[in-house]
Amino acid sequence: MDITIPVLILAIPLFMFIFLGLCGMKMSHKLAGTLGTLGMGTVLVLSYFTAFTYFFSGAPEFVNAAGERLQYMVFDQTWLQFTEKLVIKLGFLLDPISAMMLVVITTISFMVHLYSMGYMRDHHGVYEHGFQRFYAFLSLFSFSMLGLVVAPNIFQMYIFWELVGASSYLLIGFYYTKPSAVSASKKAFIVTRFADLGFLVGILVLSFYAGTFNFTELTSIPVEGIADTYQVSLSTSESVLGIFQNSAAPMFMGASVLTWALVLIFMGGMGKSAMMPLHIWLPDAMEGPTPVSALIHAATMVVAGVYLVARLFPLYLMEETSLVIITVVGALTAFYAAMVACVQVDIKRVLAFSTISQIAFMMVSLGVARPEFHHGLGYMASMFHLFTHAMFKALLFLGAGALIHAIGSNDYTAMHGLRKHMPITHITFLIGCLAIAGIIPFSGFFSKDEILSSCLGYDWMAYLWMSLVAGMTAFYMFRLYYLIFWWKEHKTPEGHHAPHDQPWTMSLPLVILAAVSCVAGFIPFGNLVTWNGHPYDFMAHFDWSVAAVSLAVALAGIGLATVMYRKENSLPEKFRKAVPALWNWCYHRFYWDELYIFITHKIIFGCICRPLAWFDRHIIDGTMDAFATITNKASDAIKPLQSGQIQMYVWYYLIGVLALGTITVLCLI
Amino acid sequence: MDYSQFLAMKQEIAILVVFLLVFLYDTFMPKSAQKGLPVFAIVITLLATAAGFCSHCLGTASNTVAFAGMYETSPVIAAIKGILNVGVVIVLIQSIRWANSENMLMRRGEFYELLLVTLFGMYLMISARHFLLFVIGLESASLPLAAMVALDKNRYESHEAAVKYILTAVFSSAIFMMGLSFIYGLTGSLYFENIYFALSGGLNTMLIIAVAFVISGIGFKLSLVPFHLWTADVYQGAPTSVTSYLSVISKGAAAFAFLVVMAQVFGSVYSQVWEWMLYALIILTITIGNLFAIRQRNMKRFLAFSSISQAGYIMLGVIAFNVMGVAALMYYILVYIFSNLAAFGVIGAIENATGRVSMNDYRGLYRTNPRLSFCMMLAMFSLAGIPPFAGFFSKFFIFTSAINQGSVAIYVLVLIALINTIISLYYYLLVVKAMFISEDECVIANFRSAFSERLGLWITVAGIIALGIVSFFYSTLLELTATSSLNMYFIG
Repeated sequence: MDITIPVLILAIPLFMFIFLGLCGMKMSHKLAGTLGTLGMGTVLVLSYFTAFTYFFSGAPEFVNAAGERLQYMVFDQTWLQFTEKLVIKLGFLLDPISAMMLVVITTISFMVHLYSMGYMRDHHGVYEHGFQRFYAFLSLFSFSMLGLVVAPNIFQMYIFWELVGASSYLLIGFYYTKPSAVSASKKAFIVTRFADLGFLVGILVLSFYAGTFNFTELTSIPVEGIADTYQVSLSTSESVLGIFQNSAAPMFMGASVLTWALVLIFMGGMGKSAMMPLHIWLPDAMEGPTPVSALIHAATMVVAGVYLVARLFPLYLMEETSLVIITVVGALTAFYAAMVACVQVDIKRVLAFSTISQIAFMMVSLGVARPEFHHGLGYMASMFHLFTHAMFKALLFLGAGALIHAIGSNDYTAMHGLRKHMPITHITFLIGCLAIAGIIPFSGFFSKDEILSSCLGYDWMAYLWMSLVAGMTAFYMFRLYYLIFWWKEHKTPEGHHAPHDQPWTMSLPLVILAAVSCVAGFIPFGNLVTWNGHPYDFMAHFDWSVAAVSLAVALAGIGLATVMYRKENSLPEKFRKAVPALWNWCYHRFYWDELYIFITHKIIFGCICRPLAWFDRHIIDGTMDAFATITNKASDAIKPLQSGQIQMYVWYYLIGVLALGTITVLCLI
Repeated sequence: MDYSQFLAMKQEIAILVVFLLVFLYDTFMPKSAQKGLPVFAIVITLLATAAGFCSHCLGTASNTVAFAGMYETSPVIAAIKGILNVGVVIVLIQSIRWANSENMLMRRGEFYELLLVTLFGMYLMISARHFLLFVIGLESASLPLAAMVALDKNRYESHEAAVKYILTAVFSSAIFMMGLSFIYGLTGSLYFENIYFALSGGLNTMLIIAVAFVISGIGFKLSLVPFHLWTADVYQGAPTSVTSYLSVISKGAAAFAFLVVMAQVFGSVYSQVWEWMLYALIILTITIGNLFAIRQRNMKRFLAFSSISQAGYIMLGVIAFNVMGVAALMYYILVYIFSNLAAFGVIGAIENATGRVSMNDYRGLYRTNPRLSFCMMLAMFSLAGIPPFAGFFSKFFIFTSAINQGSVAIYVLVLIALINTIISLYYYLLVVKAMFISEDECVIANFRSAFSERLGLWITVAGIIALGIVSFFYSTLLELTATSSLNMYFIG
């Protein structure tokens, strides 16, 4: 494959970032937005082309005679070479998941670029302050995310991982005059950065023992006869495991070093993917502009953790413990986030918790995936859900953005009964809700069903637990839907005109994403994305009884929501009175934020930071001040040397050279 | 005589041709066309540079010794000459406005002619394998510079600087030649190779004194402490374009010539004699350069002292005495050319527009001239060695090469150098602070600098960023030096 297109896929967003960042303020808002959108559109076309070529061209470097998909290294350029072995490369790896992610990222990113042209201006058509900056940051984010998914080695992934974090920080804090946005951006950055500390340590441990950063050397074997082509293989991972078992320090605190490395790497994934207990930044990140939430906090960045685990999946298979940890963390997070989502008032918060819950679904699915069961059905299901979720969650966020744009508030209490005022938003939002609830034939049904099937194949407890969460998902989504669009008729406050649908730049992405959410379920994902590239017909594993149960659970959830929220009534209030403690805990997100504040402010700041600060101020700064004073004094003392008199210069010269010679002579002879 | 030997001197000949063309243009072209001289000079220098690169890329420049072993060229030497040439082109671009000013009307040609002659001298210094040729190079790289320093006839400081420069230069030449005569007395030859083998026998007082004298002679051009005292006065007095030429090109050429002399002539007595001399000189140079730089308020004087301490860092590549040291030294010179010329470009632009050169004048510059301040900031960051700019990597590589030498003393030396980078960070940031944070009533008003000045700044800023991010340059230099004939001197 020619490397021009892959290079362009990365280069165009980077160029747009630099270009819009440097020259954006000089051009009109409209031009900057159009340029950004066109740039992303080009990347979209190129990515689709690349993914299409990869999946369907049937070239020998992409798929072997047995129909198995291979990993293809488009390029792999040495970037920093410290020693023979310690080499950091930058490259572009094309394999099923990276090709799929190219499609997901560019689709959502393009939709968001387009949508923001309408969203980032008020009702009078005046663009928001910093509109060009917004597009520059969007391009930076797209660049980082694309670089992350195509990374052929874990270090490049880490570099782009941090870039993603940084651009997310910039975008959340876009409204930098708003204190809440500023603190939210800081929170997001610090929490994910903290998690990345674990990630970095994990990378170092893993590559120290394994002796490589490359994914292909960690998980795949080179394919004979074709250069730059690899095949995912358990035997490679077994040899990595062998290295760890033979190395000098194979155990640490009761677990093998490989387990530690994998769990630490997963910690990085927990931070980015907002798994409990590192989830606290995601709900606050909703302070950013809504298109940003759709792009970053629903579809792309937050699935980076899932992607990371999927990327190293053969290694995770080597360590049962790490997979169990992933499953347990995922299951707890899914349930917790669903509980909280049931009572939130801010519609973006509901969507945020629903995102956390859905990503936890993907994590659980990876955690329960085993090659023995349906060729690793869970892996495929996780990637499938990642794909469908990206589409319908972006749809829901963009719909929420349209509502917020029209109403000017994030609370459903200000909305109610909007279905007649905003028909397009209403229909597309409903499609999104049906998809996430898992109603046939919308996309969420298929992917969620696969996840539940693979849970069942692993353990019936996991299956029951996740089915319960799936039911709760249907309930809280329809609660949201009814509270926005039904409940009671909309009252327009005096002096305002009635809310109405949005300009085409905002409607078009909604309609496209709704259409995708309707049909994405029928994509034969088993043929495209599997853990080892081996394709299978997933209908062969389609379990009608599981499907029927999950459908029934979803319908039950929707039914309950219909009873409670369709028309204005006192049922919700009664429910709240009946279990006040539970309701409060859910409403306050189980007091996680308060717990964090207690730990950081009271324990860490009080017991560790204050003494350290004193030490820093008095001992370290004191020493440094002393050094500075000495330096200044010395500088003063030698000032007369530079007298300006040429005679003295020559004297010093002569004295210097004679001293140099004499002292050496005295010392050596 | 075999005249084909002249073919080995392609780069020297190219510079001579450029010199002749400039000379003819200056002498015979009508007054009306004189304005085109700077551009003409730049274009043909650029052509000469490209020719040098091409002959190197095409593989014609393998290790060649010519003129009975007096002259040597190799890919590494071609590369360092190319690097110097790039620097010269940037200096010429930055000087267009000054060269076309009213004041320079009658002397415009002299600037280019003198500059090209010194460049020719530097080439000879780099390529010489016999001290006779080396001295010719050294002198023709020194004496015309005094005339260049004095080009600003109307300014008193310019004359003073020129006098100081020429007197110190003459003095240092005398000392240098005295050292050479000692060496001739000891070994009976002025060929580098013969001296090398003659010296490997033993150690005596005269040899040590001779080495000290030779070091001081080249150390004068590098402005190593204590042979540096002329630097500040000359840098301040000279026209800014000449100062920037002095501080990067002259210094870069001298640094490489120094490396060659130390390795090819005195390589056999490295650990016995000059490692310790250089050790002391480096510590003195870096520290004293820094201590003086802290005090300076005149930007040109400030950069003079900063360039003194930078020369100390460059010397780490010599004391490393290994292949990586050569590559790191060349890379350092390359990066230093871009960083320092960016700084001088800003200073020159501001001086040409307003005539102000004090650091206090730079207060609040960011509010009125954000782009110039930005360039200056990048230059300062690169000089101070802040990643990801080029300066960080050049320092990193040169420290690494020194560490690779492996002795405990070198670790201490690198530690001292590291402490000094912190001191240097302080004064580089003083400039940034003045521009970005400090407020001032009489801030320099917004002005639009000339196209040539902006072009020069664009090139240097692009270089600062690209050299930091792209690994190509350093890896190419590593590859080149791996095959260099210098390597055999490092083994013993």
